[in-house]
Amino acid sequence: MEGDGMKKIEAYIRPEKLDEVKSALDEVGCAGMTVIDVRGRGEQRGIVLEYRGKAIEVDLLPKVKIELFVDDESVDALVDTIRRSAHTGKAGDGRIFVSPVERSVKVRDEKEE
Amino acid sequence: MLDSGDTAWILAATALVMLMTPGVGLFYGGLVRRKNVISMIALSFIAFALVSIQWVLLGYTLSFGPDIAGFVGGLEFLGLSGVGMDAGSGTIPSLLFMVFQLVFAAITLAILTSAVAERVKVSSFIIFGVLWTTIVYDPLAHWVWGGGWTAALGTLDFAGGTVVHISSGFSALALALVVGRRIGFGSHIIEPNNIPMTLLGAALLWFGWFGFNAGSALAANGLAANAFVVTNTAAAAGALAWMFASWVSGRPSSVGFVSGAIAGLVAITPAAGFVDVLSSIVIGAVAGLICYRAMLFRISKGLDESLDAWAVHGVGGLWGALATGIFAVPAIGGYDGLIYGNVSQFIAQALGAGAALVYAFGATYVIAKVLDVTIGLRVSEVEEYVGLDISQHGEKV
Repeated sequence: MEGDGMKKIEAYIRPEKLDEVKSALDEVGCAGMTVIDVRGRGEQRGIVLEYRGKAIEVDLLPKVKIELFVDDESVDALVDTIRRSAHTGKAGDGRIFVSPVERSVKVRDEKEE
Repeated sequence: MLDSGDTAWILAATALVMLMTPGVGLFYGGLVRRKNVISMIALSFIAFALVSIQWVLLGYTLSFGPDIAGFVGGLEFLGLSGVGMDAGSGTIPSLLFMVFQLVFAAITLAILTSAVAERVKVSSFIIFGVLWTTIVYDPLAHWVWGGGWTAALGTLDFAGGTVVHISSGFSALALALVVGRRIGFGSHIIEPNNIPMTLLGAALLWFGWFGFNAGSALAANGLAANAFVVTNTAAAAGALAWMFASWVSGRPSSVGFVSGAIAGLVAITPAAGFVDVLSSIVIGAVAGLICYRAMLFRISKGLDESLDAWAVHGVGGLWGALATGIFAVPAIGGYDGLIYGNVSQFIAQALGAGAALVYAFGATYVIAKVLDVTIGLRVSEVEEYVGLDISQHGEKV
């Protein structure tokens, strides 16, 4: 098996939503994940603060990136779980990407999955 | 009659107490989120500078000027008129006594920043700070130390348990109620960003507190030595008590440990010139336990006074005021407390502390409400989300 049927899910979410997303993933039995603190911007190009006439641009906002490597059949359910638990309805809620995985090797026992 | 030893010690003690204000900033700064660290430290520095100017112009005379109806001092020392390099009635220069009192007034406002952490407009805090120190702190300092009405009752407050800690703690409670919770409080996890910074702040506070309490003897003498020793003892007892109490329900957290140390320091403050070392162990340990309970109570009520000025300074100060009336020993400060069967001292302590509590809470609530309705205390929602470092100061860690 060379990564057949595996996908990578990358979710960029609000940092304050991390705990909610983690618990939601726990509830559907997804334990493994990698969490990275990142900064970025989306379509709104960050936030502009109007400050007595002069604008302060905060164009890179702190976000959290969650990476999951999962079987094909779990992808839809997990994407949906992340989307629902990370959602506030305001600009800056984030994005989720799914991409194919070619290989997956365990360090401990060289097992290919 | 100037005494060079006394003068040398109070000069040093004043510098020690000055360091406590940035210490408060670092203590609080470690407990907020990363986007508000600069804001938290800056607010303490701003408090220090504001009060430094207000005190020399107006605050000192309102606190220590000639008594008006037991409530406030008159304007004789306006702009430090007549406050000079000579000793006046004591053994240190009048100017030195003035600046020693200044650093107390400054840290009191800095403690209050707990109540508005991560959500206050700097401009509003500046206006609030000037009003608060003038309307709340200065009269209270006069009541207790400037020959005002609670001093006339016989209420004891060696180094400011009532003037500094009850006043800042209960004012913080009122201010937090007016300003409201941070966005996401209770639904999002809001965690400390840098606990070592908090521990560093606590170290500066513990260190500076020797100037605070031993300096309040206003002399380099045995009473100062007693105050120094009981201060350290109570801090240690409070730290261990809070740590053990929190250990029972989890782990011995370092933040709990230093919170307990500060609780012990707060509680010994009014008592430092009146009680002996063995009593200071009890005063400190009880402070650690009740301030820990007060914090749990605050959390259970969903109140966002999350840096716990009220639980630690307010409740600890109240306990300290009462403990002074319980444990006072004639051999140390010339007063005896409840353990010697003296009920009147205890009653004087309760009255003095109670009056300060009610005045501080009430007056602060009114000042805060008026400002909130007129200029607004809080930043906008989007500014709060981005954090005060960027939105208020245009800076990042």
